[in-house]
Amino acid sequence: MGILDETFFWEGVDQGKLLVQKCRDCGTLRHPPLPMCAQCQSLHWDAMQLSGKGKIYSWVISKHPSQPDAAARTVVLVDLEEGVRIVSNLEQSTGIEIGMPVEVVFREIDGVRFPQFRPREPNSALEITQ
Amino acid sequence: MIPLSNTAIVGIGQTEFSKRSGRSELQLAAEASIAAIRDAGLKPSDIDGLVTFTQDTNDELELISSLGIEQVRWTARTPYGGAGSCATIQVAAAAVASGAAKAVLIYRAFNERSGFRFGQPGSANAYAGGVDTPRSMHFSYGLDTPAKIFSLWYQPYMHHFGVTNEDLGRYVVVARQHAATNPAAWFFNRPITLNDHQQSRWVVEPMLRLLDCCQESDGGVAIIVTTLDRARDLPQRPARIAAASQANLGNSSNLFNYYRPHLEVFAEARASGDDLWRQSGLQPNDIDVAMIYENFSPVVFMSLEAHGFCKPGEAKDFIKSGAIGLAGQLPVNTNGGLLGEGYIHGMNNITEAVRQIRGTAANQIADAENVLVSVGRSGFILQK
Repeated sequence: MGILDETFFWEGVDQGKLLVQKCRDCGTLRHPPLPMCAQCQSLHWDAMQLSGKGKIYSWVISKHPSQPDAAARTVVLVDLEEGVRIVSNLEQSTGIEIGMPVEVVFREIDGVRFPQFRPREPNSALEITQ
Repeated sequence: MIPLSNTAIVGIGQTEFSKRSGRSELQLAAEASIAAIRDAGLKPSDIDGLVTFTQDTNDELELISSLGIEQVRWTARTPYGGAGSCATIQVAAAAVASGAAKAVLIYRAFNERSGFRFGQPGSANAYAGGVDTPRSMHFSYGLDTPAKIFSLWYQPYMHHFGVTNEDLGRYVVVARQHAATNPAAWFFNRPITLNDHQQSRWVVEPMLRLLDCCQESDGGVAIIVTTLDRARDLPQRPARIAAASQANLGNSSNLFNYYRPHLEVFAEARASGDDLWRQSGLQPNDIDVAMIYENFSPVVFMSLEAHGFCKPGEAKDFIKSGAIGLAGQLPVNTNGGLLGEGYIHGMNNITEAVRQIRGTAANQIADAENVLVSVGRSGFILQK
């Protein structure tokens, strides 16, 4: 994955949007960013905004992380409802369960904005914190 | 052109496995290489092909200048790191089968404890060729060591099948038992109990404790591959390469292999294993010894299942039953593996497989005829 291929993702994060690539020719979603659609080999794609709702697929507690801060962090794999999986952090370090419903929030960490996740009630309306 | 299965490993060499070699990585490579060349009954001038890892720091020309090799006509490097360790054998075998080279020297040498340590925070980024950027899809979220990176991949397996850290400990006890009677192992004479394992500190809770992690080692390993025809004129009993394959799968990643739908199945090990069974005509119950790469203990469980040695989810019971011990139905990592013997990026598991075929291993399994060596993304079978 090249830095250029993921520029759109971080531009979306700066605008409070969680974006993935959607193939303009066959509609397949893909993440992490790649230049070509694996289904139809098209180079044409649009950035599609996701709802930000999903469920935890896997998690670990990262102690003593080197960047961007030094506090223990919960690293999660989130299965988003549109069918893509993303690596992020969960703003909770205890009582984490696989399958737990979560939703995206955007936070500044050391002056840089990242998508993060927090627990949600299974059918709560999505709030995006700008 | 001959079939790939008409090739063999005819020489092996290694340095001691230590925590501080006190020598350059090039010297370790040269020492292991000349040991392998002499073990094969060859001279440096007989070597005309070279294979190593993309990550190896030892330049081909510096190594051949050290060894006194006159001309190398063919070179290759395998990708990723440990996941490409078994691919070195396939690549070397393909070269001699095609006639591109007559005798290939495979080498891997590093000071992975006293020099650049893969396990340090941030090392994984450099190791993966990562760019120093304030925002990345994986590193920025705290996935900054291999233990954390791989634990996010192990968790779905352990959760799906109810595998506990204590279950993992039962593998580690066996590996350390094997190392305890292998004089080349760093943990020679130092077996552990399950309680020792359970008392070791958490590295990534709730998956990995300290004793679930492979060692950090300094050392070098080298291996010589040539044709079976030529092997018959050489002093050592040939270890025939009965099958060799790789499983570089789409929708996957070297370190961050998170994006396939079902992570409870080790898809790469299943795919490379299926190739090996097809090529060799063998089945899992034909294998006498299995050497399975374990940067961390859960990989052994996932590999045993993916290769069909037991059913999905049953590796914990298979291991608990004693099946992978020296007297079990499938002795695994008879040298102590990367946890017990040393971590030369998987290459020391290959030399152990050769010793089992020759009948010269410290923990020799009687009449070992078929030995599987696997790292999931690449693997091969040696046959007597």
